[in-house]
Amino acid sequence: MIEIRLHGRGGQGAVKAAEILAKAAFYDGKVVQSFPFFGVERRGAPVQAFTRISDEKIRIHSYIYEPDVLVVLDPTLIGAEGVNILEGLRSGGKVIVNSTKEPSAFDFHGKNGVTVYTVDATAIAVKNKLGSESAPIVNTAIVGAIAKVTGLVTIDSVKKAIFDTIPRNKEANAVAAEDTFKNVK
Amino acid sequence: MKQVMNGDFAASYGAMSALVKYVAAYPITPQTLVVEKLSELVADGEMDAVFSKVESEHSAMAACIGAEAAGIRTFTATSSQGLLLMCEVLHWAARGRLPIVLANVNRAVAPGWSIWADAQDSISQRDTGWMQVYAEDNQEVYDSIIMAYKIAESPDVLLPMMINLDAFFLSHTSEVVDLIDKKDIEKFLPPYEPKFKLNPSEPHAFNALTSPDHYFELTYKMHLAMEKAKKRITEVGVEFEKMFGRRYGLTESYRIEDADTVLVTFGTIAGTAKETVDLLRKEGKKVGNLKIRVFRPFPQEEVCEALKNAKKVIVVDRDYSYGFEGAFFTEVKSALYNKGVMKPLYGMMAGIGGRDVSTGTLKEIVAKAEGEDPKNPYFIGVKL
Repeated sequence: MIEIRLHGRGGQGAVKAAEILAKAAFYDGKVVQSFPFFGVERRGAPVQAFTRISDEKIRIHSYIYEPDVLVVLDPTLIGAEGVNILEGLRSGGKVIVNSTKEPSAFDFHGKNGVTVYTVDATAIAVKNKLGSESAPIVNTAIVGAIAKVTGLVTIDSVKKAIFDTIPRNKEANAVAAEDTFKNVK
Repeated sequence: MKQVMNGDFAASYGAMSALVKYVAAYPITPQTLVVEKLSELVADGEMDAVFSKVESEHSAMAACIGAEAAGIRTFTATSSQGLLLMCEVLHWAARGRLPIVLANVNRAVAPGWSIWADAQDSISQRDTGWMQVYAEDNQEVYDSIIMAYKIAESPDVLLPMMINLDAFFLSHTSEVVDLIDKKDIEKFLPPYEPKFKLNPSEPHAFNALTSPDHYFELTYKMHLAMEKAKKRITEVGVEFEKMFGRRYGLTESYRIEDADTVLVTFGTIAGTAKETVDLLRKEGKKVGNLKIRVFRPFPQEEVCEALKNAKKVIVVDRDYSYGFEGAFFTEVKSALYNKGVMKPLYGMMAGIGGRDVSTGTLKEIVAKAEGEDPKNPYFIGVKL
């Protein structure tokens, strides 16, 4: 079983990203589970969402404390007060950050077997007119990067999951996912 | 057909698949998605039913009682304060012998104001005469609602049934749910045809003033119906497994045959407990899990049989009967005493108000019971 924890801010769509990832894995024949951190969500506040992907029935129903993969939708959460993004990350884990920087710019890259991957999902979301320029919605874009980095899901299934989940601008959202799939570093 | 859906949608599709013809419901977090989905399914013509928007949960149940008394298969859903507001009419539905099915999203009771998982709402309605099922995952939510109608509508049962699902851990968690084709449902679940119903061309009086000469017998008949329901739940579970391949009984045992310590759990904690059992077995500890799926009627024979070889029994309650202990703990103890089975029992309070119960929490619970005798009930992980 692979456990993925997503960190974002209210309004960026972390919960939908977790759901799209789960649906994509389901289309690829996996057993899946996805859920939000059950808080009272406010725009801009730190939020978490979770996805489990397995070959067998998933029996566990609790939060994810030791993720294999971390996804950070908003780089300002790294080092932010009261938020420890890296908490519980398994050694050899992967961290995917929505950032304009190179992976080596993050001091935890290469330590404890952790590998950082970056992609400018914000620019890609803006280019595809997802959300507004001041508050772009990066959730669909980031799932493309997750597909590329982890190999857990195929990009075709990601696009299908986007079409089944996102109510409008389906094509632009799918293009954004394909874009991060090609450009993640 | 398999789909990824949350628990609220699984409950909604359960009602649709069970060919429910009338829904009256009032939205409350975290049940709101049930109301939204069912009204959408009815409005889109996918579900052939009438959906009544009502002004409260009390009205929702009252409307369901009216429709059910007229011989219509009905459904409603609620949570927490909503279920409590229904209390008066919950009794009415049960003593009226109306096989209504209700999905309750288990949520803590206020104050402190909470929207999170806790079984206090349904446990406090224990003595309303409703059968109560606690689901472990979204597939079980869906399947249980379909089975509920077949059980509740049995002429020798005729009692309403409440299917409980944990707030957020199921209601807002997306999982794979296998939906059953309508033509297969029709083979499994016959149409609802009550012997007596409100019918202008054949008038009857229902629920009239009942003297002490008769009321006692009405209660006794409900006792007999609850006893019969245990048998029907098992039979319907077997039939369901034959047709659809998934097995459900009154209880479910996991690795208990040689277990020294058995956890007794319900709801989503049961799934996490099975995972914990596997982890502890790898450490060489002989631990098992008994999931209590049906709380009313209480399956005392099955519970005693499952626990007969255990050296220690730990009951995990996500509910509390103020001034005593967790309700499941009381029932398990009472069942064992009734059958003359005596052994060390521990009542552990966990997950109250939506506090996460992880494999770590359950390992801590087992360790606590293996150490010096904890005082019952023991509140695991209290931060003061």
